[in-house]
Amino acid sequence: MIGVVSALAVWAGAMWLNMRLAARDTAFARAVVPVVFGVTILVMWELLVRGLQVSAVILPPPSAIAQTFAGNLPTLWADFQQTFLKGALGGYVIGCSAAFLTALAIDRSDFLRRGLLPVGNFVAALPIVGTAPILVMWFGFDWQSKAAVVVVMVYFPVLVNTVAGLSATDAMQRDLMHTYGASPAQSLIKLRLPAAMPFVFNGLKIATTLALIGAIVAEFFGSPIVGMGFRISTSVGSLDLAMVWAQIVVAALAGSLFYGAIALIESRVTFWHPAQRS
Amino acid sequence: MKTLLAVLSVVGAIVVVWYLACIPMNIAGVLTAAERAGAEVSPPEARERRDMSGMALTLRNPTQIGPVWSQDRPRLPAPHQVVIELWDTTVNKKITSKRSLIYHSWITLSATLLGFAIGTGLGILLAVGIVQSRVMDMAVMPWAIVSQTIPIIALAPMIIVVLYSIGVQGLLPKAIISAYLSFFPVVVGMVKGLRSPDQMQMDLMRTYNATDGQRLWKLRLPASMPYLFASLKVGIAASLVGAIVGELPTGAVAGLGARLLAGSYYGQTVQIWSALFAAAIVAALLVALLGVIERALLRRMGQAA
Repeated sequence: MIGVVSALAVWAGAMWLNMRLAARDTAFARAVVPVVFGVTILVMWELLVRGLQVSAVILPPPSAIAQTFAGNLPTLWADFQQTFLKGALGGYVIGCSAAFLTALAIDRSDFLRRGLLPVGNFVAALPIVGTAPILVMWFGFDWQSKAAVVVVMVYFPVLVNTVAGLSATDAMQRDLMHTYGASPAQSLIKLRLPAAMPFVFNGLKIATTLALIGAIVAEFFGSPIVGMGFRISTSVGSLDLAMVWAQIVVAALAGSLFYGAIALIESRVTFWHPAQRS
Repeated sequence: MKTLLAVLSVVGAIVVVWYLACIPMNIAGVLTAAERAGAEVSPPEARERRDMSGMALTLRNPTQIGPVWSQDRPRLPAPHQVVIELWDTTVNKKITSKRSLIYHSWITLSATLLGFAIGTGLGILLAVGIVQSRVMDMAVMPWAIVSQTIPIIALAPMIIVVLYSIGVQGLLPKAIISAYLSFFPVVVGMVKGLRSPDQMQMDLMRTYNATDGQRLWKLRLPASMPYLFASLKVGIAASLVGAIVGELPTGAVAGLGARLLAGSYYGQTVQIWSALFAAAIVAALLVALLGVIERALLRRMGQAA
């Protein structure tokens, strides 16, 4: 009972603090308010789980998750290596470069572009994770099959965005390159590729999340005895939910950092774009 | 017209490549079967064949490639095998049959739609809250954006098992995963949409002395519709993926995800591919349906482009 009451007290206190902070629109407030909100959720979670004595096989408290996290670092690192560094990242690099090269290859042909764009858009909306069982069958249980799933998942969003980006220049700019007597290669490198970069990075950012999803879900269909998806499904089976949550923390950190890294590169490459200058 | 021709030729090219790819993918199995039937194959040792690539086997046994498109359990089924299986399991089976894909699609689709409705409803409510309240905007919005970079689907097995242990099973657990996946795209898109009216329009509302509620109802909500539909299309695709993945961890017996899983356990490749195509068709129909609703609604609201 004390837990519940103090949880409500924490909630009320944090709400009051946030209202006060939000009343003034400063950079400080913008940074602190979400942190206060996040911490409040964690504290309330902890207090409610302890106060209502929720069983650990339904919802473990954050402290238990943190303990599991700290106590299993070698396991978590091994799983992270297997799933993220090998499966997701490997597939991401292969899939994105393949999509980028395909986009460059079909760029010169209006016919191919017209044909591939609707097909690519269509495929990008499909539940492609469903190919996981097939690819696991073809490439075996190890990380190669996970990378293959990731390749298929990231290929079409990146392709569609890159093709759209390559036609993002307007007629005036192309005319200018024409008056300079630029060859198609020159106008590609100096005008159209830089202009395409905001679109390309849009695709690359969408692909970061897809890569992690693909690598984790593919492991549900068969994996060696290491990997985040494997650990999640076996820990769920043995009701070791703190371990599952620890893996989800890893996945969340990996996903956000991966996205952040791509966004950082984007801000370096497309520093000229209005969205980056404001 | 030109576009249609281009699309058709791209699709045609894909089908041709698919048929060609069947040869090296399936040749090993075909040769094993031919050897059992007493035919001469090269090299005659199964052990030697296993170490050779599909291409090399094809080149050494060009007369044996006939059956690669009609095997029982091929590594890569030919397109017509998938189409026949799709036809058999939809049109030729009663829809109540356990082997009917329509039955399985419906199981998955009902979870998808329920989850999508819940997720969209809550998402719109949260978006309205975020736009109306500064505190909620500053506190929740960053988390909503960050959560889109997280592979939420990793939660799916846990949600299913935990709900099962407290006695909730069947449609609802899958629907919750679907709801969760469609929730954040809708929140982010809807916030953008509710903020899309420009200063001039907001000023006009003020000169009319509109209340907060009126401004929301008469300006912000109508203006947000195009954004809403864009994120609904993302959300429904995510919902379907959520429902399919939600069927994996508990070994569900019905649904498209269950078909995928059962197919992968028993090596029924044709079944996997047909379940995959059924999922693709369902996804395409859902997105197309949303497109139709969008066009009709925007026309009624006088926003048709």
